[in-house]
Amino acid sequence: MEPEVRLDHNYQLSIKEFPYIIEWREDRCKRCGRCTAVCPMFAIEPSVVVKRELISEGPVPTPKEIRKIVTVIKQSTDISRYCTGCATCSLVCPNEAIEPRYNPQHKFLFHKNRGGYPYRRGGRRNDPAPSTLDRLKFTRISMLTDPALDAGRHEFRIRTYLGRILPPDELPIKIVNGKAVLDRSSDKFIPPVREIYPIMIGSMSIGALSPYMWEGLAMGITYLNEVEGMPVVMCSGEGGMPPRLLKSRFIKYFIIQIASGYFGWDEIIRAIPHMVEDPCAVEIKYGQGAKPGDGGLLMAHKVLKLIAEIRGVPMGVDLPSPPTHQTKYSIEESVAKMIQSMYMAWGFRVPVYPKISGTRTAKAVLNNLVRNPYAAALCIDGEDGGTGAAYNVSMDKMGHPIASNIRECYLELVKQGKQNEIPLIAAGGVGKTGNLAANAAALFMLGASAVAIGKYIMQAAAGCFGDEYNRCNICNIGRCPRGITTQDPKLYRRLDPEKVAERVVEVFKALDVELKKIFAPMGRSTELPIGMSDGISADDPGIAERLQISYAC
Amino acid sequence: MCRLAAITSESYISPLENIAALEAMKEGYDGSGMGLVLKNLGGEFEELKEYPILSGICSREGIKRLDEYMDHLGFKLIYTWTPKIKPVAGVKQRDYYFGRVYDYPDEYKDKPWEEKEDLLLRTRVTLRRMGERDESIIVFSFYPDVLIIKEVGDPVALGEFFGFDSSNLRAKIIFAQGRQNTNYDINLYACHPFFIQGYGSMTNGENTAFVPIKEFLMSRGFPGYIGYQSDSEVFTHILHYTCKMLGLPLIYYKDVITPLKTSEIQQREDRDVVQMLKITLRPLCIDGPNCVIGFVPDGTCFMVQDSKKLRPGVVGGVKGRVGLMSEECGLDRAVPERDRAKDTFPMKYDMVIVSPEAKEVKVWNQRYGWTTIIN
Repeated sequence: MEPEVRLDHNYQLSIKEFPYIIEWREDRCKRCGRCTAVCPMFAIEPSVVVKRELISEGPVPTPKEIRKIVTVIKQSTDISRYCTGCATCSLVCPNEAIEPRYNPQHKFLFHKNRGGYPYRRGGRRNDPAPSTLDRLKFTRISMLTDPALDAGRHEFRIRTYLGRILPPDELPIKIVNGKAVLDRSSDKFIPPVREIYPIMIGSMSIGALSPYMWEGLAMGITYLNEVEGMPVVMCSGEGGMPPRLLKSRFIKYFIIQIASGYFGWDEIIRAIPHMVEDPCAVEIKYGQGAKPGDGGLLMAHKVLKLIAEIRGVPMGVDLPSPPTHQTKYSIEESVAKMIQSMYMAWGFRVPVYPKISGTRTAKAVLNNLVRNPYAAALCIDGEDGGTGAAYNVSMDKMGHPIASNIRECYLELVKQGKQNEIPLIAAGGVGKTGNLAANAAALFMLGASAVAIGKYIMQAAAGCFGDEYNRCNICNIGRCPRGITTQDPKLYRRLDPEKVAERVVEVFKALDVELKKIFAPMGRSTELPIGMSDGISADDPGIAERLQISYAC
Repeated sequence: MCRLAAITSESYISPLENIAALEAMKEGYDGSGMGLVLKNLGGEFEELKEYPILSGICSREGIKRLDEYMDHLGFKLIYTWTPKIKPVAGVKQRDYYFGRVYDYPDEYKDKPWEEKEDLLLRTRVTLRRMGERDESIIVFSFYPDVLIIKEVGDPVALGEFFGFDSSNLRAKIIFAQGRQNTNYDINLYACHPFFIQGYGSMTNGENTAFVPIKEFLMSRGFPGYIGYQSDSEVFTHILHYTCKMLGLPLIYYKDVITPLKTSEIQQREDRDVVQMLKITLRPLCIDGPNCVIGFVPDGTCFMVQDSKKLRPGVVGGVKGRVGLMSEECGLDRAVPERDRAKDTFPMKYDMVIVSPEAKEVKVWNQRYGWTTIIN
């Protein structure tokens, strides 16, 4: 006899296999339907069940069985509709009736490869352990012999330089009547150098970000520059910029990125003759810390009208950038051709620098750049960096932590006496656990001249849900529940760009105070403490040895 | 905090005068070392100005090795000065203190000064390395018309120990420092003033930017940028780097160690260069708090401070005799007859410059230019 239902369950998953389990409280739920309407994954849905109840209404117990049809919220066990734990449902629930709970015993990665497609997502490396940066502390505290400064009243100069800096013995200077003057007869090329705030917003494209998010960030940094006097800059990411912004005076607050897909560069090149200001710099993306060896990827459902226009492509097609620049066969060519052509585009007035993924071979790249007098900096993006779309395996298992990478590059420059000639920009996991000022200051002391942040500002300024427990992390599918990484107007209207801008300003002002609270007790105020490695200690002897700093316990 | 007493004069003075000034300021040192630099020497050195003087301390074994090495290079010993040591409680006597005057090796006699100067530096560095491990050879300088004496102990006791009261050791510029030990070991090489190729300086305060500055200097590839047993040695080397290696006039030392803000630089006539120096020499910016007193080869002396130095040093005196001191009581002892109204306490933009033989005292202000104090 055939059973009524099939007995083989191996194609089905139990809810225990899922990383987040929805806890729904029937007694609180008023069935308004908001939670199911906002769920980006359709992981929950309204459902009906037949419910058996025993009731007794008389003065003596007279149990009676009734059956009711009730509406419930049901979590899907379809792996393609897994709950990401974003908790948008909790956000919109008026009665606190629903909440996803993390399930540490989940087997998500065993199953998220249906159809032979590996798991792809956005976000960051799913490793909630403290990063190396969070294991460093500032231990050189100025005491009686060099009294600590007053962070509230002392004048601090928290600035850095972006651009190739001439070595001292090559400065075109001559002495006339006891004064040093510029030797204008010298044909020495003086590279452009920008004075900027040492923490910048790293490369996130219009496309990866929603128009409102990108606009909010852009307004925020413009306000910081124009009103607060803080020269914070922001990188465009690959994919161009709105032509109106390119031709505005605000372009000087932006670093324009060129990456292997060259998306957006038709519009940029066309705009050059009409530019009233130079951009802050040009970043050539050779790699990204979150997904080393992968090119950029903008999924088709994010390529809507605005993006298609800016990037100069048809709507609704996947936009993969190649893993490498296809016209380049060696780093010598990369630096010789690409850096110099970019310099030429703006008459040698704009610094041009490459960005690479954190890698054990970073020193080799650095040494090549050292030999090229045009390379304006080197940005190294560590493994804890974020991305809009990548394979999970790339994000979780590929890449190099930023701390030791930046340290070994700085010490290599020290060995060659060029530590002040090529600024190192550190990125990837700065402020991973919220300690932005401390992480940034530690990176300066390890040798970075500047740091770039991405995920931190998305979380702080727009409330991005993502975390290292794989919460949300669906930036790739265009259904960002916060409206940060989507091109769907129905979703990005959840974001108020003015509020994003306000938060950007608040974040940087608070960061500035925290940096002073770090630098003041260490007696530093005039220059950024780049390479002040005696200022920090690690709580682990292995880390201390690797970074060539002290161990404190 | 260390006490600093420098006197520059048109007539020869005894180091006892500096020691007396240090004694007046003695609250600030702890006997962990005194250093003396004498420049423009008188007494028995007056006739030997063109010959280099090797200043240092050796053990009995060390002096033999030193002699062998100097012979090997071809230096000829033409005069030896040794202090008449009087044992004093609290000062541990070493075997042999000396200022030895040498004639150059034959092959160097007609060489240009730059080559001779290079030879002197390399010789001193080698001797230092030869004796560093067992302290058998300690050398402070090897340079014409400069003598350096350093020892651990109280300055007054050391003055007696070296017999300065009965010595005719004299100079026109004498720098003295009474050290207060900080984070660094008690080591004679950690004792100020420091000297390199005609440039000398001493400092008080603590240098919070020591490590990046040290790394920058050590990576210049110049053999003399070594040591750094004290965080203050870098001030001397920055002075040497700025003025000698880069060939910049002395006033730019101030712009290098305490750079102006970019907005302030824009008001300078030489803004292009000052901005360029600020960027290129960013790692040499001191973050203080420090007071630096120094001299350059022509005998010009100076004092500078950074903005965090809340207790400034003072420069004052009369034409022909000027003191540069970390405290005013030291200056009262050194030049009591001066007009105190003309005392100068350099503020954060100031560099007080005293011309050779103390003929003139001027203040160079990074923002507003020159003011003459004593002429």
